[in-house]
Amino acid sequence: MDKSVALDLKKITKRFGNVVANNEVDLTVYKGEILAILGENGCGKTTLMNMIAGIYYPDAGHIYVNGEEVVIRSPKDAFRHGIGMIHQHFKLVDIFSASENIVLGIKDGKKYNLKDVNKRVLEISQRYGFNIDPTKKIYEMSVSEKQTVEIIKVLYRGADILILDEPTAVLTPQETEKLFNVLRKMRDDGKSIIIITHKLHEVLSLSDRVAVLRKGEHIGSVKTEETSENELTEMMVGKKIELNIERTDCLGLGERLIVKDLNCFNEEGVKILHDVCFSVRGGEILGIAGIAGSGQRELLEAIAGLQPTESGEITYIDPNENTSIDLRTKNAAEIRDLGIKLSFVPEDRLGMGLVGNMDATDNMMLRSYEKTHVFLDRKNPKKLATKIIDELEVVTPGVSTPVRRLSGGNVQKLLVGREISSAPKVFMAAYPVRGLDINSSYTIYNLLTKQKQGGTAVIFVGEDLDVLLELCDRIMVIASGKITGIVDGRTATKEQLGVLMTKSTSIFEDAEIELNRMKKNDEGGAGNE
Amino acid sequence: MMILEYLLSALALGMTFLYGSTGEIITEKAGHLNLGIPGVMCIGAAGGCASLHLMVMAGINIPVVWVVVGLLCAFLSAALAGLLYSFLAVTLQSNQNVTGLVLTTFGVGLMKYIMFGLTDGDGGVPYLKTLSAFRFPFSESTTSLQKCSITALLAVVIALVTSFVLFKTKVGLNLRAVGENPATADAAGINVVGYKYAATCIGSGIAGIGGLSYIMNCSGSREGYLSIEAFGWLAIALVIFALWKPHLSVFGSFLFGLLYIAGSFIPSIIPIAGFKTMWATPLFEMLPYVVTIIVLVISSIKEKKENQPPASLGLSYFREER
Repeated sequence: MDKSVALDLKKITKRFGNVVANNEVDLTVYKGEILAILGENGCGKTTLMNMIAGIYYPDAGHIYVNGEEVVIRSPKDAFRHGIGMIHQHFKLVDIFSASENIVLGIKDGKKYNLKDVNKRVLEISQRYGFNIDPTKKIYEMSVSEKQTVEIIKVLYRGADILILDEPTAVLTPQETEKLFNVLRKMRDDGKSIIIITHKLHEVLSLSDRVAVLRKGEHIGSVKTEETSENELTEMMVGKKIELNIERTDCLGLGERLIVKDLNCFNEEGVKILHDVCFSVRGGEILGIAGIAGSGQRELLEAIAGLQPTESGEITYIDPNENTSIDLRTKNAAEIRDLGIKLSFVPEDRLGMGLVGNMDATDNMMLRSYEKTHVFLDRKNPKKLATKIIDELEVVTPGVSTPVRRLSGGNVQKLLVGREISSAPKVFMAAYPVRGLDINSSYTIYNLLTKQKQGGTAVIFVGEDLDVLLELCDRIMVIASGKITGIVDGRTATKEQLGVLMTKSTSIFEDAEIELNRMKKNDEGGAGNE
Repeated sequence: MMILEYLLSALALGMTFLYGSTGEIITEKAGHLNLGIPGVMCIGAAGGCASLHLMVMAGINIPVVWVVVGLLCAFLSAALAGLLYSFLAVTLQSNQNVTGLVLTTFGVGLMKYIMFGLTDGDGGVPYLKTLSAFRFPFSESTTSLQKCSITALLAVVIALVTSFVLFKTKVGLNLRAVGENPATADAAGINVVGYKYAATCIGSGIAGIGGLSYIMNCSGSREGYLSIEAFGWLAIALVIFALWKPHLSVFGSFLFGLLYIAGSFIPSIIPIAGFKTMWATPLFEMLPYVVTIIVLVISSIKEKKENQPPASLGLSYFREER
């Protein structure tokens, strides 16, 4: 294989105020390879990539593209050198069509003609196996479609070096596999691909080489085939760590929450939950598995009182007084006061639960200010914020730093920390480890287990099936708003869950068969008459 | 005849709004809510009138030069005000609302000072001698047709050209991207700051022509400048009414014109018993705002993404902001 160097970084340094984000980083990328960049949250991966893509400008160091030193002052410079970046937060204009976004900012001297652009977009799509409608508006697209637009945008500009920042964080396993196939095709086409990800199994299955960053420094690069999950983790964290989730036995307490025949419609009037039935006991973790958007969010929101329900029962059984309470008659604040807490981490992480411009103390106060009377109590929330920062090892300059300045993982630790600080009776965590590095993820898993040991009923919505199987006592699988099965977490297998998760398609097929049969019957009936 | 008179007056007045709203749309498409438009229109009027004053006093007597230099000076003086706004709101990233309001207060005051000086002389008002040049080709007309000259109707041409540029060219695509999502535009290699400056200055310049156009076409009188500020606010309302589309603004401006002067014409067209112009006029003058509120309500209910204000309207952009 052609092993000429596509991109070479020498002693790149970038500081933000007093914080050194990257310190003398050397990195080499060859043509026709996929390089994975690995590191914990806040280790400077994204900053480094942003410097190659022209978003940030390095304080010191040299960048060489195809052996020649280049200065990248802006994204425009990066494009000129054939570098394109697909950001973690998509950079797309919502009200524009795919093609309009793709052609945005291109100065090729050609006349502006969207039809030609559409044609070229389709050509690129065919070449690499994308599936896209060039005239579709971005706000009508799914996350994976938006990502496709981002990738085509970069290819349209003729980029030879593609940087992908956590591309799989928001994709389903199927979408991820599709993306990987496309990336492999690009690599075989001679392009260099740099991918940032936290998921070790993705690194191992996709990349040719792995570069590990720790605390802003380049620790080393290894060939993927010559390394192992353990070695990579050790390089990342700097010490050997045990990646085991401790699963304690269930406490065998009584039922805490019973959901019966729950039906829900979403805003567009589409039925999103069909006759959902399940119960959770105190002292157990109930996992919820399913393809993204199968109704997990709506289910949790219905329990938390945020989502109007159509019919069914949601009953909470108070462990102290052993009384049943119908949650459907309560509003969100009353449900929260009963000790039923929801920590939902949406795709954009900050959207629900925390206010980006407020600091850690103020975000703690969001849960307590109503209990104070005329003047606000800042002392206790501050104590709580300090405690969470200490115990969960949140990396932040201090309690008074606005939370939007923290990296994603630290924001999530604050959110989860706040919700469990009030000793909830039922704790619902949706995607609490979304985008987190391994170390932080395990911190969160162990926090959930701790809650369970304290007698809390924990509902955990997760994406990683391996984790669900290791962490949960029971796993409920939801597909297209229907519960397709509840299995024992200790005995179930990944394949079993996979089958249950994709039952959704069979529901549609069933419906289709049913429709066809009805049609046939109708026709048959007409023929008889 | 009264009806025709009404329609022509409304059309002429509408052109003033159209200049202002086209300018404001260009600015807003770059993500800048320029509440300084009333002030900018005033500055445009003052700049234009001052240049005409100087030309007349210097004895320059060529109508074409009057019109061209007058419009150019109105454009440039207003663009200069836009430059001031850009420096504050783009470079220094000050709050756009505050900056705009300050510019309005400043512009209105500056205009009053200049115009007072220009209209103070005993021997008439020099710049009004150029009136017939601006009212070409209808300066001889005795009806309101004289207000609908080519310098007034130039607004329609500008609005249509603006629409074409905004929605059919790369420059327009880039500009809209800047207003929707500057980070995206930046990552796409578009000069965000450059576009913001250019859009604000050009937009202000166009609005400035509106100020001069009103004095020369519609008003033609010594005190004409006093109502320009009110028309500036109407122009901003018209932007919302037209859903940020200059070609719709053409119709919107005519409608706003009709509504604004309805108080003076409706009673004579349709006699209503007990209808007094005195108190009816202010009521009718409110109508454009009422219509704007209705349009806002409807467009909010419909929630069509394309009809919403530019997504980052009113927000400053700094590349390294996290």
